[in-house]
This record gives sequence, structure tokens and C-alpha cells, in this order.
Amino acid sequence: MRLAPSDSPASGTAVPVGPAPPLVEVHELSKHFAVRGTRQSLYAVDGVSFTMERGECVGLVGESGCGKSTLVRLLTRLLDPTGGRIRFDGRDIGVVPARRFATAPERARIQMVFQDPADSLNPRFTAFDTIAEPMRRLARTADRPPLRRRVEDVAELVGLPRELLGRFPHQLSGGQQQRVGIARAIAVDPALLVLDEPTSALDVSVQAVILHLLADLRRRLGMTYLFVSHDLNLVRLLSDRVLVMYLGRIVESGPVDAVFDRPRHPYTRALVSAVPVLDLPTIEASPRSAERCSAPTAGARRPRMRLGGEPRSPIDPAPTVCRFYGRCPEGFERCEREMPELRPVGPDHLAACHLVGETTP
Amino acid sequence: MTTVPLLDVDDLSVEFRTRDGVVRALERVSFTVGRGETVGIVGESGSGKSVTALAILGILHPAARVTAGRAVFGGLDLLTAGEDRLREYRGRELSMIFQNPRTALNPIRPVGRQIEDVLLRHANLARARVRERAIALLAEVQIADPARAYHAYPFELSGGMCQRVMIALAVACSPALLIADEPTTGLDVTTQAAILELIGDLARRSRMAMILITHDLALVGERCDRIVVMHAGHVVETAPTAELFAAPRHPYTARLIASTPRPGVTLADLRPIPGAVPDLRGVLPPCRYRPRCDRAIAACEEPPLPRLAAGADHTVACRVPL
Repeated sequence: MRLAPSDSPASGTAVPVGPAPPLVEVHELSKHFAVRGTRQSLYAVDGVSFTMERGECVGLVGESGCGKSTLVRLLTRLLDPTGGRIRFDGRDIGVVPARRFATAPERARIQMVFQDPADSLNPRFTAFDTIAEPMRRLARTADRPPLRRRVEDVAELVGLPRELLGRFPHQLSGGQQQRVGIARAIAVDPALLVLDEPTSALDVSVQAVILHLLADLRRRLGMTYLFVSHDLNLVRLLSDRVLVMYLGRIVESGPVDAVFDRPRHPYTRALVSAVPVLDLPTIEASPRSAERCSAPTAGARRPRMRLGGEPRSPIDPAPTVCRFYGRCPEGFERCEREMPELRPVGPDHLAACHLVGETTP
Repeated sequence: MTTVPLLDVDDLSVEFRTRDGVVRALERVSFTVGRGETVGIVGESGSGKSVTALAILGILHPAARVTAGRAVFGGLDLLTAGEDRLREYRGRELSMIFQNPRTALNPIRPVGRQIEDVLLRHANLARARVRERAIALLAEVQIADPARAYHAYPFELSGGMCQRVMIALAVACSPALLIADEPTTGLDVTTQAAILELIGDLARRSRMAMILITHDLALVGERCDRIVVMHAGHVVETAPTAELFAAPRHPYTARLIASTPRPGVTLADLRPIPGAVPDLRGVLPPCRYRPRCDRAIAACEEPPLPRLAAGADHTVACRVPL
């Protein structure tokens, strides 16, 4: 069990004394979309369960179409679940209809930072208006002087110079735009911040700045993060734990180092082996003796695990067949008649595969 | 390199005329690509990677103008060759894979027909055999059920499948040089690996040279023989891959490596690059990295920007290299 850092009483939240319950508890959560013109359903999220401790950063990875975005929209209560429970800070928010959630007290406490700041900021709002908007709507701090001060405080927190507050998005750089996006999200003291690929639209030089900022804010404000990304290197840098999704289900979860260094589910192994890794060759003797370094690395790469076949259809999937069956290099007859459930494979480490436990790590 | 390179880009300069002044997008860009070699071009957005590729193919925006330099490919200077001549080269000898396959493909023409268009224009194939060849190409890029995919429109295919079709188009006439501009940006990592593996296999099999343009340093590190690092329209360093990562000589290259996440590096070790790519309008210092550089000396203000040999096949454009 992970606890919030001791120096960070979650702002605006009464943290109970003693071992606090998890901030988020998701149980058997499902979202099925009706397929138009048919009686079939698309199982975007199917029986997903996990918890998020206070102050923890949980990474969420998986390829497009795996249900990451649907899961995020269920958690942020923009979509109504088909089944299952979402408990947030002890309250069942899954039962509040999405339409009514806008006025629920939890609305301000779950905030989101979007992928492309250029697309997710209102082009007609200045940075000030963008940051002030959630305060006006959710925190009801409409009085001018305190609002101005609050916005300036938040801008300072995210490292946005005060003189940029009057600017429109097109007058800001990509990094500055994302600072505005982050400021908007933390303006109302959320307990849970959902980060949806927050740096994928930025250059590496700026990406590092934003990652440092996010890590720093989490430490200072004690927020809990759900970090959605396809970049496993980034997830590893920022997260404590990671959830790996495949076709609507969590196939593996656990501490980042355990999952990335010793992945147990075949899909996670394929995912990890597909990530390009910057290997810095070392040279013996002085760093200038370039002649001694090895031949060009092209061709001499780590072995890659190739995935054959096509992914199974998410439309009315057979409930007894493993979703990865067909693409899995290790699939066997049992995978076709029994859906594997998540089970422990290490400390706090779960994997849903018939082969785990039977193979040596 | 002792032999004549397949492509020799020499002092290429490109300007864009805009309402707000002249943008000096490329200045004296030089690099070579050998036969069968894979060269990576890396840099942040705005560094001129794509403009370099478009200039080589002669498909720059009308507002752009090549102001100096040569790009010699198989004895022909592509920059001065006439449009008719270029048209013969493009698609047959030189081809390109674009970043977003969905927008690069014709949305209202079945993908098989689009491959046939290329074959009919550039390959000496009997009309009757064209269709057969198009289906064979779809199979070659590992599309399941190629005979059915032949009739599919781009919207019916996934992003990874569209990129495979783009590759089939690009390699249809076995070009000597393939330029791939961010070929896997926006695709899933597993798809990305499969696509790059496919391009690499095709290149190895037919000794095709390749320019891989990307912002992903880890990716060029794994896939390329040599790397060209660009910053603000300049080539700041070129070197064989292993050497570039082991002993970068340009301060920008070192910073770029230090800002890239990699195993064993914690968030605290990850160092951002100060400053931003400068505005390329108006008067620029000889070294465009000067305002971001922590090693700059007074001499950095003096033209011209040097291009030093830092080893065999290793050049660096810096007065105070590491």
C-alpha cells in the first residue's frame, strides 16, 4: 500500500488519520457502445478493476483502440459506464449520470490535461481567462481581486511569467501553452489529475521541462496522477505503477520497474521490446578516441518480439477467449476456451495469462 | 567516403518569402548518402528536416526558393534539373514516405489503383500485368489478404495499414533512395516497430539507400548507419551513429541526448535544453545555436560558421566543440 508523501496533505481534502483508503477504486468497470445498424456492441472497456492510492502516479499504456481513452472518459465522468463501480474518495461517483456530474462536488476534484495544448485551449481566451474559467465555474471565486490573485498564484506555480497572462494561445510557444493547460487543470485544487499524453505534441527539449514541472507539482500539491501515454520511456520516468491495457482489459499491472524489466504478459513483452531505446555506446580510453567505438549500430539491435496476426475484434468478443489469442506467440488451446484472469505474479504485480506462474520469470 | 556518394547535398540554402519577411529555413546544409546507406536526420521542429527532403525532391512550397547549393544524385543536380527530368526520377529513382499516410493517399481511389498509377507511369510493365504486380506489392508489405485490400479505400484501413500502402507505393519501382519523413509518428509502438522493420528489410534486400527523418533520437540510433543533426536550418553535426552517441562534439547534440529519456536515467538526470529554436526571420548570428549555448565565446559571433572535421566521416559546426 502506498501512502501520500508525508509533506503533502492533499490540498482542500480532509485526509483521514491512519491508513487512508485509496483515492480511486474501480471495480469491474465496463463500457459497451452499441454498433449502429446492428444489435452488436463494441466492448471498449470490459471488466476493468484497479485502485489508485493518494499521491500515486499510475501510468496507463496500450495501443490505440485498447480502451485507454474510454477508461479516462469514464473516470472523468464524461461517459456513463455500462456496468461496474467507480469510487472516488469513498463516494460512488459511477452512479451519478454524466449530465449531472458537472454540478457534483467531485467535478472540481478530477481534472485533466490534454494532449495537444494548441487544440485544447480556447483560441479566443487569454491565458488569464483560461485559468480563471474553472475557478469561476467550479470554485465560485468570481470576485475580481481574489480571482486575479489566485490566477497569478497558479501561473507562478506552473512557471508561467505574469506578463504572458494577457496573451492568446497563438502568441505562446508550445511549452507555454501546455503550462496554461496545466494551470487550468490545477486551478481548482484537484485531487486527481488525468494527464493524457501531455508531452506528445512537444519537442524533447520542452518535454523535459514539462515532465519536471509535473513531477514537482505532484510533490508540492500531493496530487494523484493518471498518466496516459504510449511512450513507455516517459511512463517509466513519471509513474510509480503502470496498467497495461489490451482490447478493453487490463492484462498486466504492477510497479513500473517490475513490469518493464520483467514483463510477464506476452503483450507487455511485445510492447516493451518494440520501444526504441537510446543505447549510449561507451568507449574505452578517452572519450575523444572515436576510432575505437563499435561499428554502426544499425542491424545490431536487440531481439524484437514480432506480433503476427490481426487483433481480435472488440465487437461482441467471445467471453471465454483470451483477447490476445491469435496474436499471441505463445497462445495454446486453453486460451481459446478460458479467459485468463489477473493473478499475482510478484509483489503488487498482476498478469492475466494462463502461462504466468508456469514459466520462470 | 572514397566512392562517389549516391546523394551529395552541398551548401543547400532555402528561403521562404512570407508577409513577415524572409525566413532563412536552410543555410549551407551539406551531407551525403552512400549507396545502400541509412542516414537519419534529427532535430526539433523547425530545424529544417522536412524542408531539406522537399528541396531534394523538388516539391517545395511555391513561396520557397533555393538560393544556393547543389543536390547531386547519380550525376544529376536535382536542384537545377528541369521539371520533366525530375518527374522521371521521382517515383522511379527517388521516392518519399510522408508522415500522415491518411492525408498523403488519395481518399477517393482504391489503394490498389493508386499503386497501379505509379506502376503505369514509371515501370515498364504490360498493362495486363500491372494489377498482378500491385497485389504482389501489397503482399510484400505484409498486408493480409492483398487481393481484398486492393479494392479498399484508405478510410477502410487502419493507420498502420495505410502506411504499409504508402510504402508499397514508394518502393513499387525499386528506387535507389527512399526518404521517410516521420514514417511512424502517430502509430502505436508495436506497429511502429513492424513498419520500421519492414522498411529496413526492403532496404537491405534491394540495397536501397534511405533518409529517415525523425525527432526521435532513440529511433535513429537503432535504425541508422549515420546521423545528421540539424538545428534552426543548419547541420550542426554529422557522424556515424555509434560515434555520435558515444562522443558528441556539438553542444546541441550533447544536449539533445541528455534530454532524451532512456533506461537507467531518472527524471532528475533528464536535462531540458535551454531556450528555443530562434526565429529564422531577419538577421541571424553565424551560429544559430549561440543564444542557447553555454559554451559560447566571443569568436562565435564572427562569420562564417566553421565546419570542422572531428574524425573520419565526422563533422561539427562549432568553434568550441566538446
